[in-house]
Amino acid sequence: MAVKVRIPTPLRKLTNNEELVEVSAATVGDAIAELQTKFPGIQERLLDDKGAVRRFVNVYVNEEDIRFLQNQQTPLRSGDEMSIVPAIAGG
Amino acid sequence: MRRGFLFARNESEFMDKREGYMKALKCRECGREYPLAANHVCEFDFGPLEVVYDYQRVKQHLTREALQSRPQTMWRYRELLPIVHEPTVGCEVGFTPLIKADRLAHRLGIGEVWIKNDAVNYPTLSFKDRVVSVALSRARELGFTTVACASTGNLANSVAANAAAAGLRSYVFIPADLEEGKIINSLIYGANVIGIKGHYDEVNRLCAEIAGKFGWAFVNVNMRPYYAEGSKSMGFEIVEQLGWRVPPHTVVCMASGSLLTKIHKSYQEFTKLGLAPETAYKIHGAQATGCSPISTAHKAGMDFFKPVKPNTIAKSLAIGTPADGFYALRVLKETGGACDDVTDDEIREAIKLLAETEGIFAETAGGVTVGVAKKLIASGQIPANDSVVLCVTGNGLKTLDAVARFAGRTREIKPSLREFEALLEAETKLTY
Repeated sequence: MAVKVRIPTPLRKLTNNEELVEVSAATVGDAIAELQTKFPGIQERLLDDKGAVRRFVNVYVNEEDIRFLQNQQTPLRSGDEMSIVPAIAGG
Repeated sequence: MRRGFLFARNESEFMDKREGYMKALKCRECGREYPLAANHVCEFDFGPLEVVYDYQRVKQHLTREALQSRPQTMWRYRELLPIVHEPTVGCEVGFTPLIKADRLAHRLGIGEVWIKNDAVNYPTLSFKDRVVSVALSRARELGFTTVACASTGNLANSVAANAAAAGLRSYVFIPADLEEGKIINSLIYGANVIGIKGHYDEVNRLCAEIAGKFGWAFVNVNMRPYYAEGSKSMGFEIVEQLGWRVPPHTVVCMASGSLLTKIHKSYQEFTKLGLAPETAYKIHGAQATGCSPISTAHKAGMDFFKPVKPNTIAKSLAIGTPADGFYALRVLKETGGACDDVTDDEIREAIKLLAETEGIFAETAGGVTVGVAKKLIASGQIPANDSVVLCVTGNGLKTLDAVARFAGRTREIKPSLREFEALLEAETKLTY
């Protein structure tokens, strides 16, 4: 299940400046775990010490905020796009 | 005389040639420091970056005596605003009237009400002219030639106008269904107006994704640490206009929650610098019921909010995922402030109440502030014998469609004295 993950600027040092990376995962949580395998250190940037998505990180699947879906249990299907976006913007 | 340089030559010479009164950008979460560049997010925990000042140096130059000789604009508080050189954009912004609103106070049943009236801010009639003049002045210092924003309307107007006056290219991103007045008020300045088919949070997400891509200064994305500081000037002015005192109660409407946190910061900074005596004060938050993530969380005693999908006539406040929501909740808690929300009907009634009692036509966000103040006074959360400042942030002429059917109606007659007398007589009979 190929899912594209859009990486925000602050994390691109970890992804060799790649903006779009591909994972094969069934849920958002799995995708984050796979990102960690590919790019060590990325998980602690995204999740707090309790394993929850950090409060200043927004994650979207096909442009919908995962907090309106099933958070890290949100299912992913082949062709989906997952975006990681800093929450501090706007207003 | 509002125009002119703020500092005498010898005073300017004290300013550091490189960073002015700023020291660094600092993550509000982990405290890591970053250079004073176009950057808004800590790369370790995504926490917001904030400008740190050299308060020792600020204190040497920002005195009541120094302020007396400066023009009446927001730039009189220059040492606490994040630019290095003299401002180059929006030099005449701010120092809007602080009105003692006795007729409104009587109707609300409280001792004293003051209206901080940014509905007449220059040049685009909202408090956004404050943040934009800072962001664009700083953007120029950093070498940008294109500026942009994600906006619920007022910000788009201000970026478009100030960019036009400064000769900068601008892109403004707005929800496509905004009020017509706000769309025209951006297009007229020649800005590139991009309507996004979605609500503000979707516009914001898109802008956060593209901000780093084109090398533009996005005022409320990569320029946000500088931009947000501009809001402090509203608080500085309130303190100075009240005769150097922090008001016991201030009611602030909330979209992202940034303005509320910055008014708190302005009161803290003036107290810290000895410009105002230390005193207890409460900052109260106001939201529309149709978009009330911060108010809902505060009333439930939570220190985090749940994002919502906005549905309110107060479109300038329709942010369902407020960037500063956590910090706004913290300020409410720290100052002992209350928070409430009002329905669309209550917003319209409050707009009318302010207009009929004080001659001030506020946009829907102003209706939210006045409507919530009314509730907080009625419930005793703002005591009836006390004094309150209400922050009115935008002008009603921009949101006419929200109140058009509720403002009243004209009575048409022929140009005939007899008809007018008949009309008056009929209406007098109806009245008595």
